Amino acid sequence: MKLIEDANQQALERILEGEPRLIDIVPARQLIPGLRERMILHAGPPISWDRMCGPMRGAVAGAIVFEGWAQDLPTATKLAASGEIEFHPNHHFGAVGPMTGMTTMSMPLFVVENARFGNRAYCAVNEGLGKVMRFGGNDASVLKRLAWLRDVFGPALGKAIRAAGGVDLKSIVARGLSMGDELHQRNLACSSVFLREVAPWMARTSTDNAVLAECLAFIGQNDQFFLNIAMAMGKAITDPANGIRGSTIVTAMCRNGTDFGIRVSGLGEQWFTAPVEMPEGLYFAGYSEKDANPDMGDSAIVETIGLGGFAMAAAPAVAGFVGAGAPSEAGNFTRSMGEITVAQNPEWTIAAMDFAGVPTGIDIRLVVDSGVVPVINTGIAHREPGIGQVGAGVVKAPLACFQQAIVAIAKDLGVS
Amino acid sequence: MTDQDGPQYQQLLARKVEVVNVGLEGFVKDLRDCGIDVVHVDWKPSAGGDPQMAALLAKLGV
Repeated sequence: MKLIEDANQQALERILEGEPRLIDIVPARQLIPGLRERMILHAGPPISWDRMCGPMRGAVAGAIVFEGWAQDLPTATKLAASGEIEFHPNHHFGAVGPMTGMTTMSMPLFVVENARFGNRAYCAVNEGLGKVMRFGGNDASVLKRLAWLRDVFGPALGKAIRAAGGVDLKSIVARGLSMGDELHQRNLACSSVFLREVAPWMARTSTDNAVLAECLAFIGQNDQFFLNIAMAMGKAITDPANGIRGSTIVTAMCRNGTDFGIRVSGLGEQWFTAPVEMPEGLYFAGYSEKDANPDMGDSAIVETIGLGGFAMAAAPAVAGFVGAGAPSEAGNFTRSMGEITVAQNPEWTIAAMDFAGVPTGIDIRLVVDSGVVPVINTGIAHREPGIGQVGAGVVKAPLACFQQAIVAIAKDLGVS
Repeated sequence: MTDQDGPQYQQLLARKVEVVNVGLEGFVKDLRDCGIDVVHVDWKPSAGGDPQMAALLAKLGV
């Protein structure tokens, strides 16, 4: 159908032409005008408190205490259940967040600008491993770290990024892919390259050596630091490709621990949801699939732009880490995702695939026709609030989301 | 093939058989166990055989 092919070509061009630059870190309330007191943005498609999973509820309670809307976690939980807290998806406000994806007014957010189209997207700072809010952690150590990110780290890194005139992200991703990252479960190379670029600017703009050392160590000790920047980049790249009538290209994939949701360019802001699946993967010592929560997070935005599970061939070590088979089989994931995408990204190539570009532009028609669904590399959260990450694995997007979208776009185009 | 099939089929089996197996992979092992060369083609019907979805996909240009 010519209308669809033309629309998909336009959507693909917009994705490939994106020029994402990290330009700042700013408190959320300054970036998102609608974000006010007693309002929490979360990962995934819309969800109400009564349908939220354990870790999401734990993170919500922690965020409420962090913002000072309740004195302690039990009071915060009651407040959340009372209906006095507004919940909205990050995606509705130009933002994304990993796992539980909490975004509240005082949290510092990375600002990624797509210079080609002039739009911006936001994501909170990666907290590191262990007990963290993105996995549902909410104790004093979690809140203390968030306060440090708000009061010390965010302002310090923001000053450095502004002084540097921003940081080009596409080139960091290109180098990371050649150094063993797939940008979802492995961000070691990109985090290191990023640190190499910003460290001089942090030194130039710092007035306190102890703070400088603390901030540099925080980035240097967190292999996943770059993930949140890559997520904001993904959102900044895909948003201009949304809303092209007739396009069957996916512009967002995300999950909230209960539902998996997708957006499709030709269908604009509409969500197509289905129950989210359990990741299949490997568990840390002492944990098993009995402890696991169904998949969560806006981080599947990186798969939406051809990274993560789609770029598994670039990161054979990740295949073992997420329990997806032998490192030699990593290329099968990337080849398989090539069956459901319309192009390769010539700027992001994989040496192990003879420099083929990452598979880009998921076409819902190809997904439903083939039955091959997007694969997403993911962390696994404990199903109870407050415990944190218990493993890592691979999760498949539910086919039902894509089938619903096919029916909807056929109706919209008058061919049903 | 049955006993009623014509001589052309009998001739087919009189020489070395080479098989292209399309779809279900289960037949491949049995044939190979009999010493027959098999090329497997990984194929599924469109939309997993869902006729309504396949019809929509056809209209949408797949």
